Amino acid sequence: MTTSNYASEHETDEGRVFTVTGGDWDTIVSGTDPINDERIVVNMGPQHPSTHGVLRLILELEGETVREARSVVGYLHTGIEKNLEYRNWVQGSTFVTRMDYLAPIFNETGYALAVEKLLGITDDITERATTIRVLMMELNRISSHLVWLATTGMELGAISIMLYGFREREYILDIFETITGLRMNHAYVRPGGVAQDVPDDAIRKIREFLKVMPKKLKEYEDLLSGQPIWTERTKNVAVLDVTGCVALGVTGPVLRSAGLAWDLRKTMPYCGYETYEFDVPTHPDGDVWGRYQVRLAEIRESMKLVEQALDRLKPGPVMVADRKIAWPAQLAIGVDGMGNSLEHVAKIMGQSMESLIHHFKLVTEGFRVPPGQVYVAIEAPRGELGVHAVSDGGTRPYRVHYREPSFVNLQALPAMAEGGLIADVIAGGASLDPVMGGCDR
Amino acid sequence: MTSPTDKPNDGGVPVPVTPAGASSTAPAEYPPASPAGRGMFGNQGTGDVSGYGGLVRQRQPIEEASRPYGSYFDEVRDALEEAYPAFGDAIEKVVVDRGELTLHVRPERIAEVCQVLRDDLALRFELCSSVSGVDYLGADERRLHVVYLLTSMTYRRRVRLEAAVSVEAPHLPSVTGVYPTADWQEREAYDMFGIVFDGHPNLTRILMPDDWEGHPQRKDYPLGGVPVEYKGAEIQPPDTRRSYQ
Repeated sequence: MTTSNYASEHETDEGRVFTVTGGDWDTIVSGTDPINDERIVVNMGPQHPSTHGVLRLILELEGETVREARSVVGYLHTGIEKNLEYRNWVQGSTFVTRMDYLAPIFNETGYALAVEKLLGITDDITERATTIRVLMMELNRISSHLVWLATTGMELGAISIMLYGFREREYILDIFETITGLRMNHAYVRPGGVAQDVPDDAIRKIREFLKVMPKKLKEYEDLLSGQPIWTERTKNVAVLDVTGCVALGVTGPVLRSAGLAWDLRKTMPYCGYETYEFDVPTHPDGDVWGRYQVRLAEIRESMKLVEQALDRLKPGPVMVADRKIAWPAQLAIGVDGMGNSLEHVAKIMGQSMESLIHHFKLVTEGFRVPPGQVYVAIEAPRGELGVHAVSDGGTRPYRVHYREPSFVNLQALPAMAEGGLIADVIAGGASLDPVMGGCDR
Repeated sequence: MTSPTDKPNDGGVPVPVTPAGASSTAPAEYPPASPAGRGMFGNQGTGDVSGYGGLVRQRQPIEEASRPYGSYFDEVRDALEEAYPAFGDAIEKVVVDRGELTLHVRPERIAEVCQVLRDDLALRFELCSSVSGVDYLGADERRLHVVYLLTSMTYRRRVRLEAAVSVEAPHLPSVTGVYPTADWQEREAYDMFGIVFDGHPNLTRILMPDDWEGHPQRKDYPLGGVPVEYKGAEIQPPDTRRSYQ
């Protein structure tokens, strides 16, 4: 506890101000009078290692019991939705991929599906493109759940799992790099298909990953599931039942951990998920333990899906045939390291003036999208990711709104935390798996 | 320099008709991309030698759907009509587009309609998936629209409610009493569009700083920015930049 250059006690409405930068709880509360200062307000975050990013929590405490919890968001607001309105429809995918940075493929796919629905070309998307989307989404779901496991482990004091989770995630990021060229912010799934085909090298890497991963999952379970500290910190902690979840709009693993098998891949299928074989894991308890179990099981289900998607990959185009929409998608890596279609460049620069004009129009002006609005929802790692897209008939989105599961789910934190211990705020918040980039957009 | 169509026809000055083919390549728009609804590059006041500045956009109102709507939409409408006596007064129009059902609701009735949609056994829209705002500047007198996306987990259906309010009186009842999940989403709509949800427990800004002025997602919100020089050329801020519309 130090006196500092922040607000002094005279500048607040009530009570004394302490600035705490670590230390022991007893030392911190020793400065307060236990009778008169029974309630203290603790401001946790926005810079705090246990709040999953720039989330700020205002906690009213009585001893170690949380009486009121309020979360403050918006620290990572970057105006992506507004920015989209000043770029053409294809450029949009480079923006939305930066929202929820742990699940970029989902942001892109949701956006692409919405634009395609507006264009009325949903049925024209090639089978290979759809299969690649499923493949990428499920790999992304695994990597996102791994980060969840890693960060939650760290927040609850299990440092090893943090290292292991991030280590295994590297496998997937490596696969993503092979396929898209980038570890994150891929802009790979585009309206009309995907940016380029999956190279053979990536298929080999994915097969390798599928061989390695089950053993690793077993390791995590050996490390955590029987461990008394882990079970103590997670079982019967931050319970939220189905009624609470639905009222507060909580979807995804948190809802499923309360026992309701609501998974958009099954209940309102998209991208052909109805033709895949997989289960929706649930858990009856609705506590942090249940969410841990559900997420681990979902990694296994995603691996099944990845395997099936790999088996289905038949040669074919990865972009719609409509040349008024499709960007060149047969790319090779150029000298600058960027994806480039040499054949296409040769054609537009050397052979066909019309192709050059067409390419120029498509890239600078973009395509026009018939006016109207759509809502497309997909099952992201954190729950229902909804894209509400409005077109005015122009070449740029008129309005795009993301129904971000992180944003909606975070509302449930007070319901989970109030009345519990301050340590359980961390466990509860972590179990929601909020990603502030997605929450604040 | 204004384009020729801006000038009133004050004797002798011929008013050019919309160039042929304008409406076939550029579909009739609702709402127009620019408030002026004219031109292709969004640049007003600079010399236009392309002729595209003369393009005039057609506005087309959203058409009301006629029965039968198809899919489950008729059932939803019938069930709502039966369960909600004030249906005729509350529902302004029913639109079916791209396989989605939209009920345009009078703003003051929105909470009631939500209540019925949630509680009626034949409707059961238990989950309010999304609340967002859209600003239809220049296309609608009541330009601020609030769009609610309700999901029925029982029947696996979705319905969209749309309520329009004006900038002068941007008030409508909050649905937080029916769907607590609308809390933050209504705050976001307030923050971004200045739509006031009466009865909301804590209607404050959520994404922008508390002392921010204005509502950034409104279409007339100035973007600001300065011209940037890049390789000798001057690049204008996005809203004054020459761009396709």
